[in-house]
Amino acid sequence: MTTDILKVRNLKQYFPIKGGILGRKVNDVKAVDDISFEVKEGETLSIVGESGCGKSTTGRAILRLDEPTEGEVDFQGQDLLALSKKDMRRKRKDLQIIFQDPYASINPRQTVRQILSEAMEIQDVLPKDKREARIKELMKTVGLGEHQIDRFPHEFSGGQRQRIGIARALSVDPKMIICDESVSALDVSIQAQVLNLLKKLQRDYNLTYLFISHDLGVVRHISDRVLVMYLGKIVEIADKKSLFDNPKHPYTKTLLSAIPVPDPTKKKEQIVLKGDVPSPIDPPTGCRFHTRCPFATDKCVEEDPELRNNDSLMQDGHRAACHYIEEIESGEMKPNY
Amino acid sequence: MDNLKDNDTKTIIKVDDLQTSFFTHKGEVKAVDGVHFDVPAGKTLGIVGESGSGKSITALSIMRLIEAPGRVKGGSITFNGEDLLAKSEAEMRRIRGNKISMIFQEPMTSLNPVYTIGDQIAESYQIHQGLSKKQALEKALGMLELVGIPSPKARLKAYPHELSGGMRQRAMIAIALACNPELLIADEPTTALDVTIQAQILGLVNDLQKDLGMSMLLITHDLGVVAETCDYVAVMYAGKIVEYADVNTLFANPKHPYTVGLLKSLPRHDIDQEELEVIRGMVPRPDDLPNGCRFAPRCPFAREMCVERLPDLEDQGDGNQVRCWIHTDQWDGPEVNVRDDYGYSESTQS
Ligand SMILES: Nc1ncnc2c1ncn2[C@@H]1O[C@H](COP(=O)(O)OP(=O)(O)OP(=O)(O)O)[C@@H](O)[C@H]1O
Ligand SMILES: Nc1ncnc2c1ncn2[C@@H]1O[C@H](COP(=O)(O)OP(=O)(O)O)[C@@H](O)[C@H]1O
Ligand code: SF4
Ligand code: SF4
Ligand SMILES: [Mg+2]
Ligand SMILES: [Mg+2]
Repeated sequence: MTTDILKVRNLKQYFPIKGGILGRKVNDVKAVDDISFEVKEGETLSIVGESGCGKSTTGRAILRLDEPTEGEVDFQGQDLLALSKKDMRRKRKDLQIIFQDPYASINPRQTVRQILSEAMEIQDVLPKDKREARIKELMKTVGLGEHQIDRFPHEFSGGQRQRIGIARALSVDPKMIICDESVSALDVSIQAQVLNLLKKLQRDYNLTYLFISHDLGVVRHISDRVLVMYLGKIVEIADKKSLFDNPKHPYTKTLLSAIPVPDPTKKKEQIVLKGDVPSPIDPPTGCRFHTRCPFATDKCVEEDPELRNNDSLMQDGHRAACHYIEEIESGEMKPNY
Repeated sequence: MDNLKDNDTKTIIKVDDLQTSFFTHKGEVKAVDGVHFDVPAGKTLGIVGESGSGKSITALSIMRLIEAPGRVKGGSITFNGEDLLAKSEAEMRRIRGNKISMIFQEPMTSLNPVYTIGDQIAESYQIHQGLSKKQALEKALGMLELVGIPSPKARLKAYPHELSGGMRQRAMIAIALACNPELLIADEPTTALDVTIQAQILGLVNDLQKDLGMSMLLITHDLGVVAETCDYVAVMYAGKIVEYADVNTLFANPKHPYTVGLLKSLPRHDIDQEELEVIRGMVPRPDDLPNGCRFAPRCPFAREMCVERLPDLEDQGDGNQVRCWIHTDQWDGPEVNVRDDYGYSESTQS
């Protein structure tokens, strides 16, 4: 039996837009707008979607790096949003984050030794005299040499810096790590090294990952389940295999068809969308995808579809937010490009 | 000119032994070190490679846009039979944005923020075709329609910051195409864009290429983009081309260990892969390049001869050119099939 390590309920993150001479709030950026999902212990759940759809905001809200507007975040049975700031900081021992740009999150004036001991110091994870040995062990775990322990971040390559970020996250023995575009800035040859490392660490320490990425190749490789976001909403969630082999939401299908395949003999059918991603300040009414969806009807303009399963078409746990899953599947509804 | 007997292979641009270096206080950085390729008329050549391999500097060398402390120090660039390296700066200005256009990775750096999109496209018609402002603006409107910018009439009067990333990239393409160039150089034209927008832009460029018959040099690190848009591919590593082939041959039968490593380390969304193959180590620093084969420190097949001597880019008889000792009769190791045998015997985790 697997338990849910993290439960997110009706999470909203609105950022106020101020305007006028008085700087009053004139509107909101609805970056994350009422999303709910669970992460099971030991699994990797990925969040995918295009730039600005709310992936990072979701991660930051869970960690309370921004204070969420509304909702519940239950981590290991505790409501994180109800914790005092101080208790929340303690909680980050179990819930770590690794960012896209290791440079931005690592103090450039500290050596690797200082970076790692500071992290352990803050969370008070080990008695002082044991930390040195632990640091060396961590370096080895992430594939850095002991001789590099007194070097500064700029003396490492991008992939190695990302390993420092991983070592720091691991230093406090977390249960779960949020990886926000953690391999996106890396060249493919280095990216593969870091991905393999993340997978190995997960096996060895039964880690849970919430993996945020816009790269569906990477996501297929690392995930157990995948959640697709569009303009602050979840449009589809499923086991990896169901999502890639049997996508049901028109947006997911478009996204999958838009990725170039490194095989010139596979000339696939591409669904090309019209228009740009709309603004999350004034998101479209009803289904937020309706301004670009080839199947949209009047109902789509008016009613927000719920995230639902149809057990004759979809696996257990596979849900999509579209009014017309059945009609599109049967061919009764035709796309209108 | 030797290619003219065969219409299909008329060469629009030929780069021969191009060498571009930066002379920094730490010494010479050989960013591009003896690069050869040609682009057949009407075709697309893709240059792929990881960051820092010299792709952009190759493109900027062709455009003669290398700035100090950099310098093209050797080789030749022949465009339509004329030597570009021998041109004066004034002659180059007439060629740039006229016969050869370039799309840059970051559109904001090449769009002028204080002029409207319409004025910037029109300028090209005014300069290169001597049209009046009014005629030029009419042409500009047509071009915005062609690249699929919604409500083009209103956008003529828009400033670059008023457009979304995808629209700015399309505006850039409109400017680049306004002069009806014979050669379009596109440096990572879609890297900063989301995939659905990337698909729109690549589709558009492909259509326009067919309609206008231009040749293209497409620079990217994305092997998927290469597979979908290029006719020929050059793989660059540390300032040199290590493999050159037509796109089908390259993907079906890659021969250089680096190309094979790249393909095997790529996570794909269309197939399942258990563990990703990796390329051990990292790209060498450009101011500290290995003497022999530049890939030797990372290559699972490397032997002493590789560390000592740099192999040439050699024709393999099937249109494929490879820079690797394995594919020469001088290879002194056991017989290898690069694709099947690629991998490191010990754990690659370290
Ligand atoms: N502090 C903030 N103030 C105002 N708006 C914000 C803030 N942070 C994020 N946003 C907006 O919220 C939306 C979602 O942003 P978010 O960073 O979550 O996107 P993302 O999905 O992570 O995108 P990317 O793939 O580009 O990283 C965007 O429209 C963004 O501009
Ligand atoms: N202005 C410069 N001064 C010194 N080195 C440079 C300069 N511009 C580029 N280089 C070096 O030249 C090499 C090739 O760069 P570039 O062509 O931009 O790579 P890419 O293949 O990523 O486009 C890199 O090692 C880079 O560091
Ligand atoms: S609900 Fe309507 S607009 Fe939304 S995805 Fe389904 S068909 Fe398209
Ligand atoms: S020449 Fe040697 S080191 Fe270089 S790629 Fe070939 S086998 Fe590897
Ligand atoms: Mg983000
Ligand atoms: Mg570049």
